[in-house]
Amino acid sequence: MSAPAATLTLDRPREASAADQVLRFCRRQPLGAISFVAILVMLLSGIFAEWVAPYDPLAIDFAATLAAPSWSHWFGTDGFGRDILSRIVYGARTALVIGFASSMLGSTLGAVIGATSAYFGGRIDSAIQRGIDILLAFPIIVLALVVVAVLGKGLFLGIDLNLVVAIAIPIVPKVARVVRSAALSIRAMPYVDAARAAGYSHGRIIFRHMAPNLAAPYLIMLTAYIAQAILLEASLSFLGLGVSEPTAAWGLMLSGNASDFYREAPWMVIFPGLAISVAVFAFNLFGDALRDWLDPKFKV
Amino acid sequence: MLRYAINRLLLMVPTLLGVAVLVFFMLRVVTGDVVEVKLRGDGGAVSQETIDMERKRLGLDKPLSAQFADWMVGVVTLDLGKSMWTDRPVVEEIGTRLELSMQVAIMATIVAVLIAIPLGAIAAVAQDSWIDRVVRIITIAGLAVPAFWLGMLIMIGLLAAFNWLPPITFTPLYVDPWANLSQLVWPAMAVGYRYAAVVARMVRSSLIEVMNEDYIRTARAKGVFERLILTRHALRNALLPAITVIGLEFAFLIGGLVVTEQVFNLNGIGKLFVQSVSRNDFTLIQGMVMLIAAIYVLVNLAVDLLYAVLDPRIRYT
Repeated sequence: MSAPAATLTLDRPREASAADQVLRFCRRQPLGAISFVAILVMLLSGIFAEWVAPYDPLAIDFAATLAAPSWSHWFGTDGFGRDILSRIVYGARTALVIGFASSMLGSTLGAVIGATSAYFGGRIDSAIQRGIDILLAFPIIVLALVVVAVLGKGLFLGIDLNLVVAIAIPIVPKVARVVRSAALSIRAMPYVDAARAAGYSHGRIIFRHMAPNLAAPYLIMLTAYIAQAILLEASLSFLGLGVSEPTAAWGLMLSGNASDFYREAPWMVIFPGLAISVAVFAFNLFGDALRDWLDPKFKV
Repeated sequence: MLRYAINRLLLMVPTLLGVAVLVFFMLRVVTGDVVEVKLRGDGGAVSQETIDMERKRLGLDKPLSAQFADWMVGVVTLDLGKSMWTDRPVVEEIGTRLELSMQVAIMATIVAVLIAIPLGAIAAVAQDSWIDRVVRIITIAGLAVPAFWLGMLIMIGLLAAFNWLPPITFTPLYVDPWANLSQLVWPAMAVGYRYAAVVARMVRSSLIEVMNEDYIRTARAKGVFERLILTRHALRNALLPAITVIGLEFAFLIGGLVVTEQVFNLNGIGKLFVQSVSRNDFTLIQGMVMLIAAIYVLVNLAVDLLYAVLDPRIRYT
């Protein structure tokens, strides 16, 4: 009795399940799949840091300062005897929360601005574009530093919201540019004119009719800028203007006295930097794979 | 062409004006200024009168519009005012550090171009081979490795290999080239890696595109040596898009320097910028932002003009 069932599946193409989609993604984009696994590992260790980390990341142990990597401390310890592996595991949480939150904020804001600019066109468009030109004249870290100088620190539930804003703002103009150019072609579609003729409000047309077709560039930019945001957070923390002690953050682990121990404890420098690089590498690769997957024609 | 250049130069004015307005008012939105940091930063009890007097001396008590007008008049006459922290003229503060930073930036550009063009070309010629894959990994890693960490690794490597660290004090190139280079080559390499990676990716993709053009096939049909095709026919055209990237990445380079100068303890504009941000030194922050934005806009213009010079098909009117 199995034969009719087989013909049935042949006749009617089966709906691709989520698992199939994932499998196909892995086959077509092997590098993307590897980077996805790396991101997953980071995500899990960030979420379950309490169980994954072998030590308390803040526990000071003066009996074991600057201990070299060993079986009890895989990545060694820092100048306070804090376990570096544990701090990296907890640092993943900091990096992901700040990276994701600021990329989300920056990309969403940028996408809304870009879509609005393309939708209205004319004077509004050129005014918005001039504003974006101004923001683009700042190198990203310079803009972020100015925002940090303006906002200072604003802790909320242990997360520095002002830092998130500082990292998000440089992302806004870049996303706005890309989304605008994608939205321009959608703006010219007959269904947008139809929606206008039907008398829908501007907001409804932008968010209900245009937005679904901008999802691909939006998602691509979102993942790509998570990498940038993690890098920027690390740089700011390294400069002492981002996450502050004693929170475990990768950039922070490299700042301050880490440089005093180049000779005695190079592991203090090597492992946190490796964590930053792997994280950024993985998100970059995943963003690339996602781009090829979602929209092969789309170039950032 | 000349008219285009003048037009673009004039268009810089509103952009830079926008930058000026943005940075000036952003800095003043929030309470807390240089005087607080300077006099109360160490937790000492300083009377309100002293604070008010210092504010008055720095002109921070005037209405915002008056402060802005004063500053803009200064900017137009290239007088950026005095640092609110050191009382030295902003132009002087920047000037003494600009030489070092510009040298590192230029050296990094040279390092990047020297590495990127051959790397990108090899990858393009050997497209999809293992060489191409290795180059791809090197270049993607270049986008992921933070310049400041690379700088620290270089230091660790130098210590391990030669038990030596680069000198901390800056010697101008014309005084002692050797001392100068032995200090600045390392930061140039640290920030140059990312730069090289971006440019190499561009060289690769544009060379692959050019190699599929008809005139390359014609050259092959004529029996031109493959080497000559690559160097004379293809590379010349493929390098055009790379020039854009080289120009655009120059701005990133300044950003990279902000962090990398800390690692190498270089007294350049990057370090000055971080310092002025943590001190709320408004005039100095404003001056540096204007300088960096101006460099960025000018480099962009230079790239566009260079493009027209190098590619006769492009005509600006």
